[in-house]
Amino acid sequence: MTFRPRQPYTGIPRWVSGLAVLAALVVVLPLVAIVARVNWGNFIPLITSESALEALGLSLRTSAASTLLCIVLGVPLALVLARASFPFQRLLRSLVLLPLVLPPVVGGIALLYTFGRQGLLGGTLQVLGIQIAFSTTAVVLAQTFVALPFLVVSLEGALRIGGQKYEAVAATLGASPGTVFRRVTLPLILPGLASGAVLSFARSLGEFGATLTFAGSLQGVTRTLPLEIYLQRETDPDAAVALSLVLVAVAVAVVALAYGRTGAPAGRGPIQRPTAPLTTGGSVR
Amino acid sequence: MSFSFRAAVAERHFDVSLALGPTETVAVMGPNGAGKSTLLSTIAGLVRPDTGQAELNGRTLFHLGPGTHQWTPPHRRGTALLAQEPLLFPHLTAADNVAFGPRSAGVPARRARDIALRWLAEVEAEDLAGRRPTGLSGGQAQRVAIARALAADPGLLLLDEPMAALDIHSAPLLRRLLKRVLEGRQAIIVTHDVLDALMLADRVVVLEKGRIAEDGPTREVLERPRSLFAAGLAGLNFVTGTLTAAGIRTAGGQGIARDLEIAGHLEEPGEPGQAGAAGLPGAAVFPPSAVSVFLTDAHGSPRNSFPVEVTELEPHGDQIRVRGGGLAADITPAASAELGLAPGMPAHFVVKSAAVSIYAT
Repeated sequence: MTFRPRQPYTGIPRWVSGLAVLAALVVVLPLVAIVARVNWGNFIPLITSESALEALGLSLRTSAASTLLCIVLGVPLALVLARASFPFQRLLRSLVLLPLVLPPVVGGIALLYTFGRQGLLGGTLQVLGIQIAFSTTAVVLAQTFVALPFLVVSLEGALRIGGQKYEAVAATLGASPGTVFRRVTLPLILPGLASGAVLSFARSLGEFGATLTFAGSLQGVTRTLPLEIYLQRETDPDAAVALSLVLVAVAVAVVALAYGRTGAPAGRGPIQRPTAPLTTGGSVR
Repeated sequence: MSFSFRAAVAERHFDVSLALGPTETVAVMGPNGAGKSTLLSTIAGLVRPDTGQAELNGRTLFHLGPGTHQWTPPHRRGTALLAQEPLLFPHLTAADNVAFGPRSAGVPARRARDIALRWLAEVEAEDLAGRRPTGLSGGQAQRVAIARALAADPGLLLLDEPMAALDIHSAPLLRRLLKRVLEGRQAIIVTHDVLDALMLADRVVVLEKGRIAEDGPTREVLERPRSLFAAGLAGLNFVTGTLTAAGIRTAGGQGIARDLEIAGHLEEPGEPGQAGAAGLPGAAVFPPSAVSVFLTDAHGSPRNSFPVEVTELEPHGDQIRVRGGGLAADITPAASAELGLAPGMPAHFVVKSAAVSIYAT
């Protein structure tokens, strides 16, 4: 380390800096490896093959659907977890976060034994003529299962830190709970909601294990881009690498979207609701 | 058209009953943690008391007790709350903030905007209508917040230290403004500043440890405090004890010795049976300016002399305020220098009995 006069004293030992460089390499080097391995001459044909396009389209559609589901279900859940108080609240909070640390394949099995033909709700669903496992619906469900915690965590943080002072004032001004939610709470948590939704989308896009277990790998129906990559790896490594790069590009875009804001001053007011972004991007599992 | 309130919150050791006349403004004062904010939150419906009953202009706000569980939610109470922070909604312009109350009441957007502009004009902030809260100074934001609270047309306005977060230049302007808009309105203002009580309130209620320690017209409370807190507000020395024929006998505590006789003149004009007042709890009250400081026990007979240990010296206007034994004395800097006073020194606070007011508490 060279001493730069204008940099304030940091107090970082040399060996810590060394390990930090190593850590950065662990993350960056594999990305470089992918880029280095790409067959650029065939790149465009590889990522525009019929199966690739079909997988990409399916991935985008299902991820959009599951993100929407995450918002519709996650906002109320985060609100209740952050603001209400009820028995077993802490337990519920821990359980909701479980998919973050659970191996996705275990999630897939759990979903299978919930919605599958032999599952907890399978009988009921069959009577209603609904078959979920190994359908596109199953893909969306699997993605929602793994992505919901991302949205709930980033929203709950924003809600808790912000407190309910604005909501209380709005109520004393005569606004009913519905009006308070629509005109005060939602606009205030919008930044947190946006970054949570982007993270959920990324997680859905990268979802692999739960999808494969619960939805299978049927081209055009349940074979999303990660599954396509895994399949191509055996037969056509060039295609797998090219498609991987597409997902890397999407992940980079997502991280930029979700965290680009935090670099700039987020709010200039004396009172603001900081969002608690989660430090996990979309990952191909 | 009036307000009555009685509530107990066991968890916060809060038990208060209070009533307001139709156009009365009451200042609620008291040390931190005395229950001032609990009072406002309970009235506004943000805190649910264990038991109690409150009514505002004929409408029951709550009636909780054995067998009764009436509860009006905050948004149907008509008790707008103005807090220390303006808490303007950051995503709305000033005008939209002020229009929030009317909009919530179902007033069409255009009319709500007219109402908002009228109230903004009332608080001399019409030029801020299009601005976002982040672009406003503390005083401007608080003015908009006042307009917002008034635009909701509250039956009772609750103000929780509205001037506390303002700099000393904005506070006087806002105080003048509040004086104008509170005219003819029911309001409760929690404040630490005795000036607010004097200028804005008809009556002062002193809360201590969740109970009402004192309640009376502002002038009376300040001239004849019956609690240590009110005496502090009025800047007076305050010693409690039992009444005797010529003064009081101290009860001890507060750093004053027990069983000390303090001679003074008994006030309570017109109260029958003055002689029979002996033995009742009472207070001796005298201004710091009437207290002189001596190093030795220099007795003149109609004087009270308290042996104290000097605890603090601080500037007070062009005087030096000497504190000791829970009392204060104002002396000139020259006198202080001559005595060579310093914290920890023993001294005698001496006050003429003619300067001491004695009354039953």
